[in-house]
Amino acid sequence: MKQLVILGAGTGGTIMSNLLAQHLPMSTWSITVIDGEKDHYYQPGFLFVPFGMYAKERVRRPKSKYIPRAAVFINEHAAHIDPKGQEITLASGKKIRYDVLVIASGCTIAPEETPGMSEGFGKNVFDFYTYAGTSALADALPSFKSGNIVMHVNEIPIKCPIAPLEFIFLADWYFTKKRIRNDVRITFVTPLSGAFTKPIAAQALGSLIEKKSIAIIPDFGTERIDSDAKRIIGYDGREVPYDMLVTVPTNKGSEVIARSNMGDDLNFVKTDNHTLVSKDHPNIFVIGDATNVPASKAGSVVHFEAETVLENVLNFIGERPLEPSFDGHANCFIETGYGKGILIDFNYVQEPVPGLFPLPFGPLTLLSEGVLNHWGKLGFEWIYWNMLLKGIPIPFIPRQMSRAGKRFPKADK
Amino acid sequence: MAAKTIAGRTVDVDSEGFMTDPSQWTREIAQAIANEEGITLTEKHWSVITYMQAEAKKNGEPPTIRAMNKSGVVTTKELYEIFPGGPAKKAAKIAGLKKPAGCV
Repeated sequence: MKQLVILGAGTGGTIMSNLLAQHLPMSTWSITVIDGEKDHYYQPGFLFVPFGMYAKERVRRPKSKYIPRAAVFINEHAAHIDPKGQEITLASGKKIRYDVLVIASGCTIAPEETPGMSEGFGKNVFDFYTYAGTSALADALPSFKSGNIVMHVNEIPIKCPIAPLEFIFLADWYFTKKRIRNDVRITFVTPLSGAFTKPIAAQALGSLIEKKSIAIIPDFGTERIDSDAKRIIGYDGREVPYDMLVTVPTNKGSEVIARSNMGDDLNFVKTDNHTLVSKDHPNIFVIGDATNVPASKAGSVVHFEAETVLENVLNFIGERPLEPSFDGHANCFIETGYGKGILIDFNYVQEPVPGLFPLPFGPLTLLSEGVLNHWGKLGFEWIYWNMLLKGIPIPFIPRQMSRAGKRFPKADK
Repeated sequence: MAAKTIAGRTVDVDSEGFMTDPSQWTREIAQAIANEEGITLTEKHWSVITYMQAEAKKNGEPPTIRAMNKSGVVTTKELYEIFPGGPAKKAAKIAGLKKPAGCV
């Protein structure tokens, strides 16, 4: 039997296990999934937990329930990958051989990268990128009655780069509903030059931030956090005072990538932008947050990448050339509060623009607020558990970005 | 793509003024872009520029601030001091390199 191993059972690994179980010739191939964690988190829900919109238990389900029976699930951490010997060593020392490896080991927060940050956790520094983090924030936020709440992005790239914006929009709505918005200052501190990396979206989201009376401090390179003095200190000497700091720490790929010497400075695996094969090993494919491709680290991206990884794993096994079919497509709902949302749809070369989605007549609106976008975001939870993880195609949302319905600036036509 | 005249030479730049053809870069161009950014180039600047160009040639991408900090050429703190207000972008621009991949 030939062995296909999937390292990681988050969004990408789980989708791949389901797709491969449907498409690999199972008479000659076996599928093994390795992940040391027990729970699968619906990560988009982490945003809603601090505001009491979701109970924390709602975002957590057993990983094993979503991995197909045709695959073997090893619920143990991987210690090391040996790409030359084509085997993975588990924490217990047991070795798993592979013919083809799909790396789906994700990324995680690394507060230890910023002096003073870890010391502030449990005191006045919070995050919402982990189950523990968002749960702690849900406990602390109701007692925050006045002062400076600062949403801080430490370093890019981060998972879901729009989540910090959604947090400030929802915070504005939350404190308004509690009738204490005038007593709470909301500040957004970012290493980027604006609200988003791409100019048209940065402008649209920037004006929304301004409209909501949220202060933005751009181009901020964070040197350290002083949680006793309640200040963020920048490399350029600027200091931002806070009463409650909600931070997105530096995001890094898995430690197993670092230990196996397979990643860049941040442990992201060097991956071909369009075929998603590892740049160093022809029998290793990489999906989702684990890659270094310049696309968003987001669930929608993983979903689109999955079709390319499936196609190219089958091409590799069949000794056919790989298809450069991934275009960097991302599709993200941005919660803006008051029951509204914005949708953005873009890829490596096309930045987010206004328009209608997914069809030329909508019904969703791109880069402008709409009630349907909010319902789209809420409805996505059902789609995630029942369709996306199982590899069932989502109607009207193709892998490659469509230009239909989008309004392009004149020079771009 | 647009063309721009810098230090008497016509060079190709993107919409944000980053050069798109590293072979068109000269030290005079670096001086001129630095002047526009309000930066006076010192020995330290030149060592950063040389290092960034070598890395970009090797990897096809300008190095990240994190990589520069590790290199021993310049610390992050020094980078912020000598290229104030967005060091990765400003240094890449002066070195005639493309805009560092702003990860979305």
